[in-house]
Amino acid sequence: MTAAGIAAAVRSGQRTARSVLEEHLGRIAAAEADVHAFNLVLHESARAAADAVDAAVAAGRDPGVLAGVPVALKDNLCTRGVPTTCSSRILDGWTPPYDATVVRRLAAEGAVVVGKTNLDEFAMGSSTENSAFGATRNPHDLGRVPGGSSGGSAAAVAAGFAALALGSDTGGSIRQPAALCGVVGAKPTYGLVSRYGLIAFASSLDQIGPFAGSVADAALLLDAISGPDPLDSTSLRDAPPPASARLGAGVDGLRVGVVAELAAAEGISADVVARTREAADALAAAGAKVDEVSVPAAVYGLSAYYLIAPAEASSNLARYDGVRYGLRERGDPGGAGDITDMYLKTRSRGFGAEVKRRIMLGTYALSAGYYDAYYGKAQRVRTLIIRDFAAAYERFDVLLAPTAPSTAFALGEKTADPITMYLNDVCTIPSNLAGHPAISVPFGCGDDGLPVGVQVLAPALGETVMFQAAAALEAAAPPAHVPVTLGGGASQ
Amino acid sequence: MSAATAGDAPAVAWETVIGLEVHAELRTATKLFCGCRNSFGEEPNTNVCPVCLGLPGSLPVLNKAAVEYAMRIGSALHCGIQASIFHRKNYFYPDMPKDYQISQYDVPINVDGWLELSGGERIGIVRAHLEEDTGKTTHVGGGGRIHEAGYSLVDFNRAGVPLVEIVSAPDIRSSEQARSYVEELRAILVATGASDGKMEEGSLRVDANVSVRPAGSGGFGTRCEIKNMNSLRSLGRAIEYEAARQVAVVQGGGEVVQETRHWDEAAGRTGSMRSKEEAYDYRYFPEPDLVPVDPGEAWISAVASALPPLPASRRAAVAGASGMDASSDAVATVVRLGLDPFVEAVAGGPGSRENVAAIAVRRLANEVAAEIDSVGRLSPASFAALVRMEADGSLTAAQSRTVLKELLASGGEPKEVAGRLGFEAMAAGDLEAVVEEVIAAHPEEWARFLAGEDKLTGFFVGHIKVATEGRANLGAASALLRALRG
Ligand SMILES: [Zn+2]
Repeated sequence: MTAAGIAAAVRSGQRTARSVLEEHLGRIAAAEADVHAFNLVLHESARAAADAVDAAVAAGRDPGVLAGVPVALKDNLCTRGVPTTCSSRILDGWTPPYDATVVRRLAAEGAVVVGKTNLDEFAMGSSTENSAFGATRNPHDLGRVPGGSSGGSAAAVAAGFAALALGSDTGGSIRQPAALCGVVGAKPTYGLVSRYGLIAFASSLDQIGPFAGSVADAALLLDAISGPDPLDSTSLRDAPPPASARLGAGVDGLRVGVVAELAAAEGISADVVARTREAADALAAAGAKVDEVSVPAAVYGLSAYYLIAPAEASSNLARYDGVRYGLRERGDPGGAGDITDMYLKTRSRGFGAEVKRRIMLGTYALSAGYYDAYYGKAQRVRTLIIRDFAAAYERFDVLLAPTAPSTAFALGEKTADPITMYLNDVCTIPSNLAGHPAISVPFGCGDDGLPVGVQVLAPALGETVMFQAAAALEAAAPPAHVPVTLGGGASQ
Repeated sequence: MSAATAGDAPAVAWETVIGLEVHAELRTATKLFCGCRNSFGEEPNTNVCPVCLGLPGSLPVLNKAAVEYAMRIGSALHCGIQASIFHRKNYFYPDMPKDYQISQYDVPINVDGWLELSGGERIGIVRAHLEEDTGKTTHVGGGGRIHEAGYSLVDFNRAGVPLVEIVSAPDIRSSEQARSYVEELRAILVATGASDGKMEEGSLRVDANVSVRPAGSGGFGTRCEIKNMNSLRSLGRAIEYEAARQVAVVQGGGEVVQETRHWDEAAGRTGSMRSKEEAYDYRYFPEPDLVPVDPGEAWISAVASALPPLPASRRAAVAGASGMDASSDAVATVVRLGLDPFVEAVAGGPGSRENVAAIAVRRLANEVAAEIDSVGRLSPASFAALVRMEADGSLTAAQSRTVLKELLASGGEPKEVAGRLGFEAMAAGDLEAVVEEVIAAHPEEWARFLAGEDKLTGFFVGHIKVATEGRANLGAASALLRALRG
């Protein structure tokens, strides 16, 4: 049942939110031990929320557009009174005293939060293996990764643990796991969704976005959480473009550009290249005018990203010092510089290897004498990417590109080589650097039978046309693989 | 610090070069990036929220009132006010919640201005930018400094309080000038309403960059930054000490090392805090959580036109009214203490306008300044009445001072107070009677006076003063003596 279907049934009294929730909790009970999508399942508060929705319906009040819809939250979104960990030891014992803006908006629309999902520590990673609490597994093949960093949210939706989920996308952290888990995942325009309460990784790139089983459900969730927020100075001031406005409009006459540099980028596997081409053909068959387009600066995206994101992260993660909250390791008492010793021990023990690697990269990139060569130059690349996208959007309404270079890879396969892992984001990063929206839609399977995702990219605030094209792509997609946790067959 | 000389070497005059960095807390109702109250002296950690505690996920939102106050300061310091951005200044310190400070770096809100000292000299202002304050750490046990303490307590009430940092050009040449600069700046901050300028409470904090060079040389010596001066007096002492120390280093054949030095008030000396090598690399980069601040021409000119009269123009006004020098101490004192409305109040009365105003300035700079806490008892109207009584001879200068002290102590109207004190102006007939009595008592001296011995005027006036118990207008008495001589 779709999220929209659940909300309609609950609002009309055909189903209770409680029964919907119990169905999802049942699937969690059956398969969560295998998948490990969650850091925390909120059985009791979810039941209370569902009962409150049912009481509202019984009293003749409308609980909202997400009435009774079970939603999973990436565990870097602050939830009042509920531990929020970023899958890091450094936040041990910390409970936020406030809700993220998106969490408040979900509650206002009657959504039921079922749990906090696993992620790569502080959203740094592409496999959800960099978690202090253990890896999440892909519901389509338990020996493979779900992608990352929002792997827990992607897996939760794929496994039917939640109808919807929220993730955060800094360089592809929603779209890549969505592709690997066979679900829809969207990164909105920078500023469309408030970041207040999203624990920052790289502030100029981070955006919260939806995971769903369908394009329409993703649009429903995005429309519920987007819009101006006085608590986030970078949130856009005007009413957002509705994602759901033209879902059934088709693509007749729509101009679709296939990004040459991304569609055949180095390291993209042949089956993914083939599915992307078939997706373009499918849109052409539906009436779109499809052509190839060049976005030359996109090839520098990965390098620029790995300077900007770690630089901002090195500053954002400085506050985890043991002074005010979370983990504190005692400094050598009475020793010279014991405050420094406390910092060192706390941060050495609290952060995992990938987080430390990025803090060091970023600290170096911002150092006196290196700023211009690294951070400054990366920002100039960003400007070039925006310029090249602008040129492409003079000729096209939306662009098409692969999401991830391959289908889900095996657990442990890429953990030894960070660069190979980083290459997972080569097709998704340009949208973050430009601040543009992009959505990954499942489109057939790879040679191994596992899901492949194709991205639709749009200019800033182009959500309406992006979801319009994504819905057409979804309608034209070949049959999908069914997760093994839901009775699907094993991959080849 | 004006000059120092070495033993046998040819005398070299040394010049001190000083630049000041002043941090002023702004008097906004709320903090710079959150809605917490900006208030001093409350229970620790009561004015805090997720934003000013730097909790994960929180984001800053700029306080418009702080921008307005910063613009007032920039405008009063004749700065260019421009579109600006915020940067992050990264370093670890336990009272800084995010372990970075949101500050302004290469694109500050105010640039390139100047400040005119009460003595008339102009000191350049390089910039005046917005930034957030840190919390306060109290080191408990041990030596009171972080590495010696048993443990430390942090109060975050001050974290996120808006500051404007005002950076002067290295135009200051003496400790006296440095003090005068801070006094003038404080007066401007208070006049604009942007800050209460209380150095002792820490709402005004001054760091000094000090170097020395042979007098007349164009270059700059290596500078040291001096911190921890909590009063104008410590500022002066610290600069004197540091300049003398640097001169001694150079004259001893050594080189001044660039470093940050800590002023020890009790010991009366500066000590090394951080060498250049140990200096933080702040890794500044643009704050991605905030958008650029562009006040725009309309707002900038609205702020400029709403500025109250500033000390320099008020000094000029007082000087113009009284005929006194605008750079005189008396005029500076009147303006510094906000007494210029009293000068305005005497204008327009009888007598020479300048003479009356000059008397007013003298009384204000002396008697009123000495009892400034009681100035509330003195109304401009009664002060004006008093000054006119002194100007027209109804009261002697001594009587006027006595009446003024009484007005400051107990209030009241000058005529009534003067009467109570027996200072009522003597009628001309009464004075003549006294003069005649005095002449009758000293016939020998009167004969010599009549014969042309002018110096005896003083003798008679003295006796008249005694006989009237000081109530006589002595000028009138001398005139009477001369008139009787014919
Ligand atoms: Zn606050």
